[in-house]
Amino acid sequence: MIDASSWRAPAELGRLERRFWIIGGAGIVLSLLGALLDQAQAVQSYLVAWLLWTGVAFGSFAVMTLHHLSRGGWGLMVRRVLESAAKTLPLLAILFIPVLLGLPHIYRWADPEAVAASAKLQEKTHYLNVPFFTARFVAYFVVLGGLTWLICSRSLRQDRTGEPRLARRMQNFAGPGLGIYVVISTLAAVDWIMSLDPLWYSTLFGIYFVGGHGVAAFAFVIPVALWLSRREPMSRALTQRHFHDYGKLLFAFVMLWAYFAVSQLLIIWSGNLAEEITWYVERIQGGWKIVGIVIAVLHFFLPFLLLLSRDLKRNAGRLAIVATLLLVMRWVDLYWQVGPAFHHDGFALHWLDLTTVVGLGGLWLATVFNLLGRHALIPVNDPNLEEALPGE
Amino acid sequence: MDPGRRVGLYGLVAEFDNSDQLLRAAKGSRADGYRLVDAFTPYPIEEVSEALGHHHSKLPLIVLIGGILGALGGFFLQYWVSVIEYPLNIGGRPLNSWVSFIPVTFECTVLVASLSAVLGMLALNGLPRPYHPLFNEERFALASRDRYFLCIKKLDPAFDREGTRKFLEGFDPIGVYEVEN
Repeated sequence: MIDASSWRAPAELGRLERRFWIIGGAGIVLSLLGALLDQAQAVQSYLVAWLLWTGVAFGSFAVMTLHHLSRGGWGLMVRRVLESAAKTLPLLAILFIPVLLGLPHIYRWADPEAVAASAKLQEKTHYLNVPFFTARFVAYFVVLGGLTWLICSRSLRQDRTGEPRLARRMQNFAGPGLGIYVVISTLAAVDWIMSLDPLWYSTLFGIYFVGGHGVAAFAFVIPVALWLSRREPMSRALTQRHFHDYGKLLFAFVMLWAYFAVSQLLIIWSGNLAEEITWYVERIQGGWKIVGIVIAVLHFFLPFLLLLSRDLKRNAGRLAIVATLLLVMRWVDLYWQVGPAFHHDGFALHWLDLTTVVGLGGLWLATVFNLLGRHALIPVNDPNLEEALPGE
Repeated sequence: MDPGRRVGLYGLVAEFDNSDQLLRAAKGSRADGYRLVDAFTPYPIEEVSEALGHHHSKLPLIVLIGGILGALGGFFLQYWVSVIEYPLNIGGRPLNSWVSFIPVTFECTVLVASLSAVLGMLALNGLPRPYHPLFNEERFALASRDRYFLCIKKLDPAFDREGTRKFLEGFDPIGVYEVEN
């Protein structure tokens, strides 16, 4: 058995956490000031910020279940990071309250006047109405939060007792958990983003949302792993080989995301039906077109070409730069999906878009680091740990 | 013996029971100044090729060039057909309907890249090669079963029939054999 006390987080993690509390607090205060000036803009900006950080948490949950299913050595080194991110789901649920309060500013189906004026919208309100939307929202977070608790509590019990059967138990939850996560994400994508344009639909949209979560999870995990790998105790555990693995996985998710993005565009382009194509017509013209090109280049082509290189994947510092770029691009991608619903006249960016994403990100990251500091940084009694740790 | 064959010693080959021993011998031989060293294992062992300094091959570059040529070829084949040679208005879409070109472009990229990978690998390895001196050693057949072999070639400047044999024996192999050309 490995001594858990030697794997406690370094004291610097506390300082990092405080720094993010300050950044987050400042961002939130500015955003609140902005909300006094322009309530509609504030909740619209806040939705994109919330979607970004929730995507990281959802993705971390999914990658955590993938790790339990595959039992690869790569996952053991960051399992605590993924767990800490997934454990923020209850917090993210609470942080959705501003969106719930501002629903009519965001969703046309939640605006009684717009609904009264459109017969088509009235048909949609059987599904898209405020009570049912809220109930679905609660259900998603109860189920995913519950699964996180079922898995993470066993992971911590494994640290204390080392019972061999716990690894199997976590795997048993992870399998159905991953499936449930995909179903929930699909429904959530419809609720949170697709319903911004209540008459538009795309059957690929849910899985496109899921692909983005995969990118977001690794874009978040790699910089955190880099930070940890430069300090005791994780400098003893994280090696070039692990970063090589994270690089490969990030590469895979970038390609998966691009595959879904192109598939959706290709199907809708080929069909060219009025109800489907409108979504793209707004997004591939004018200012939004430039954003779309930036996404194609910086969310796919550049990371794709860079991540082809084995040397880059084995260089943790450079890999973290690519990962950070992709995290920023996750936000741009979400903004490109959500923004045109509010700005039909072409591209527009408000300062609140930036303060909300920084503010919420600061709070979220501070919470993750707080949770990360509470336990050993690696699952010290996992049966596969010895194999994953670098040899003497 | 057929007349075209080179004669004399090809090199010394040591047989090991496990990959750790092989790895140690591979690292040791590099450290000792040997350069014409090759390892043979029943399955790929990444660390061995690193230990032997085999990491940087030209193959990735060949595959990349193949992929780029495939992408350009695939895209411009469609562009030429749809825009220049036989323009057709399909459902009011632009002639350069680039979205519809993506699948074929992608497939051509993969096709040419993988063909360059296979052919490039064969070319860089000097394959096909029906004869190799190592096959003269009967025990070498075990390299595809459960034994690990390290070969130091005679052409290596640091090679010395007796000295190299002693050096290899220092790694505790099952045996060290002389291989004839």
